[in-house]
Amino acid sequence: MMGISWIALAFVVAMVGATVGLGFYATRKAQTASDFFVAGRSVSVFWNASAISGEYLSAASFMGIAGLLMKYGYDALWYPVCYATGYLFLLLFIAGPLRRFGAYTIPDFAEGRFDSPMFRRIAVTFVLFIGFFYTMPQMKGAGVVLGAIMNWPYWVGIAVVGAVITFNVAFGGMKGITFVQAFQYWAKVFAISVPVFVLMSVYGGYGKNLGANSGHKQGTAREHELPYDRLHDVAYIGQDEERQVEPSAPGHTPVVARDVLLKFKGHEGYPANGLSFSPMDVTRLEFPKGVTFDKVLPGPFAKDSKGERLPFRDDYAPGLKGNEGGDGLSVPPGGVLEAHPFVNHDARTTEHYGSRAAKVEIKEQTTAVLKAGSPAPNAPADRAWLRPFGPLSAKHGYPLLYTYSLIIALICGTAGLPHILVRFYTNPDGRAAKRTTLWVMVMLGSFYVFPPIWGVLGRNAMPWLYANDTTDSIVIRLPTILQNKLLGEILSGITAAGAFAAFMSTFSGLLVSMSGALAHDIYGKILRPKSSPEARMAAFKVSAVAIGVASMGLGLLVETFDIAKMVGWAFAIAAASYFPLLLLGAWWKGLTKYGAASGMLVGGFASLAAIVTSMLLDKKIVTIPVTPLVRSLMEQPAIWGVPLSIGIMIAVSLLTRSSLPRDISMKMLRLHAPEEMGLSKNYIEH
Amino acid sequence: MPDRTVLELSAEEHATLAHRVMRRQGALSLRVAAVFAVLVLGLPLVNAYWPDLANAEVGGFTVTWLFLGVLFYPITVALAFYFVRKSDKIEAECTDWRAVLADEASGREVGR
Repeated sequence: MMGISWIALAFVVAMVGATVGLGFYATRKAQTASDFFVAGRSVSVFWNASAISGEYLSAASFMGIAGLLMKYGYDALWYPVCYATGYLFLLLFIAGPLRRFGAYTIPDFAEGRFDSPMFRRIAVTFVLFIGFFYTMPQMKGAGVVLGAIMNWPYWVGIAVVGAVITFNVAFGGMKGITFVQAFQYWAKVFAISVPVFVLMSVYGGYGKNLGANSGHKQGTAREHELPYDRLHDVAYIGQDEERQVEPSAPGHTPVVARDVLLKFKGHEGYPANGLSFSPMDVTRLEFPKGVTFDKVLPGPFAKDSKGERLPFRDDYAPGLKGNEGGDGLSVPPGGVLEAHPFVNHDARTTEHYGSRAAKVEIKEQTTAVLKAGSPAPNAPADRAWLRPFGPLSAKHGYPLLYTYSLIIALICGTAGLPHILVRFYTNPDGRAAKRTTLWVMVMLGSFYVFPPIWGVLGRNAMPWLYANDTTDSIVIRLPTILQNKLLGEILSGITAAGAFAAFMSTFSGLLVSMSGALAHDIYGKILRPKSSPEARMAAFKVSAVAIGVASMGLGLLVETFDIAKMVGWAFAIAAASYFPLLLLGAWWKGLTKYGAASGMLVGGFASLAAIVTSMLLDKKIVTIPVTPLVRSLMEQPAIWGVPLSIGIMIAVSLLTRSSLPRDISMKMLRLHAPEEMGLSKNYIEH
Repeated sequence: MPDRTVLELSAEEHATLAHRVMRRQGALSLRVAAVFAVLVLGLPLVNAYWPDLANAEVGGFTVTWLFLGVLFYPITVALAFYFVRKSDKIEAECTDWRAVLADEASGREVGR
């Protein structure tokens, strides 16, 4: 994977060409401002559902879930499941009423429901916040895919893809995208399913590959295996101040079948420069260029530069050795690092109480050869991976809490995503909006069965991706293990094209809704209410370019974050801001503009602040002492963010009852009455 | 009142209509949501407190993996299908606002 994969490149170029070409073809038909913003509102249920699904299946769905599932196992299944079934909530409470109300965007809804142009200004802010959180992972997807097939640096992929899509959106608008999004849904389903069927025909099915991780494998250090409660494994270790985050329950990790060359970015790539070794088997890593380790954990393994300190007896803790006379902290060129498992030892009782993983951090950029027969560093053990409450949710010690918070974020968040909701206005009526949602659920469910299969196959076939934290690239790389190199290249090209479709469609949709918010809501309604349609179109184009550039800049910062997790955060913010606004706005007559605005702002910003702080803590940019419980609640804030937002909305609304619009009954009726009653009204005239 | 349109009704009549339509749709939505909530929020409890069942093996899968990773999608689609059918029926019954108001005045429930 060091050169350029020409076949994959050809597939990607074909996909980009088809997307841009279809976009321009359709643009010639987009005439009015209404066409430009929501595609003329005349799309059939089937095509609209395809387009919604196409827009929704982002890099997180196409690449991120497979990568996250490979990395964390069972817990990551909640992502695809809730991404898909969140639409049920949307269907039950929001799809019909919102379409009936006849507003284009969430800010339109905010203004119409509360008769408050002021609220529009406030409501529009979260289109941008959620949008940027959603674009970051799309940009990472672009960087990873082009890194894998072109061997380009991360930033080049982002620059190229970002520029192409921004250009396409600025000159095509959304009519182009309705066609293109529908086409891209089918392209993505093809690309995620067909290659994995070929791979399963060679390497065995879903169940067989999953069963390979049920813990029946033999290992060289099996005598160290002891009963161990995984959930108690989150603890402070030894003398080191740092909290050990990887649960290292005894259990086997996948073993690499052949020597594999790995690249490490060193410090700059933190935390992907850390290596946590198997607690069960010996791992051997050869460093052709030599290496220096920054930290050697846990404490008992650390030797000072004179090689003198060894708190544990050698027979318990043979530890890390640089075979060429290294002192445990640096390995000379060509030296081999051997990481032996060791057994934790209670000095008072002289009883073993569990084996632990050795851990190092690599200081400078280097390459390493992971020797055949070594267990993959950083891979979670079989049992922790296969079962619920593994390394994702148990990371901070509150697995059940973490799981519930994640579920709430994803399910409620789906119902509050601005770039998806705008698509519901392309339905002819509320009834069609419900049918469309049903079809979306069918289409998404059919898609989301597949990404986890990639993750499962990937764990068994390419475990070395764990070592430098590149599991996000598994859907691109996995096909290349096939004996038939040409077939492997072709399948890899198909998935690369699918990944392109994924981040192109989602990024386009986000760009449209963010630029629309700027042009339509801020420029058109606030700054220049009297501006001509032409001026608004120009504002749209300028906004698209500005937001495209900002997204590329943000994308550069997030290389070490998991794609699917970042998208999960966008959902958490949507869940605590727009979801309560829409849910209560559509179903509770008593919601006032003050209640809605304060709940949305407090819930949304509190969640945003918690997530950003959590990211900075992960990156070690800030270090503030927080208890594991608080840390868990910061990383997954929905479990308090959503009730907080709803609670404030109710409380403030009750206090400001006098500010309810006078025709509130009419508004509620318009939200819920069938179109045949003759109440519908559109906020933008055709 | 045959010469009035729905837009010209009094605020009280709008409130009555809205209340009626929302109550029936809302009850349906809550019913389906409750089934869904039991499934999605109950599974983590089964995983936590009944691990022997959750982690039992079925053809390489664990029971909980098979349920969440494969079967969950068709189950939610079935719930959605049920909702859309019922919801359409309610709308069909509520379309004639004159009948709804007349029924409300005589204390009966439409379509029951």
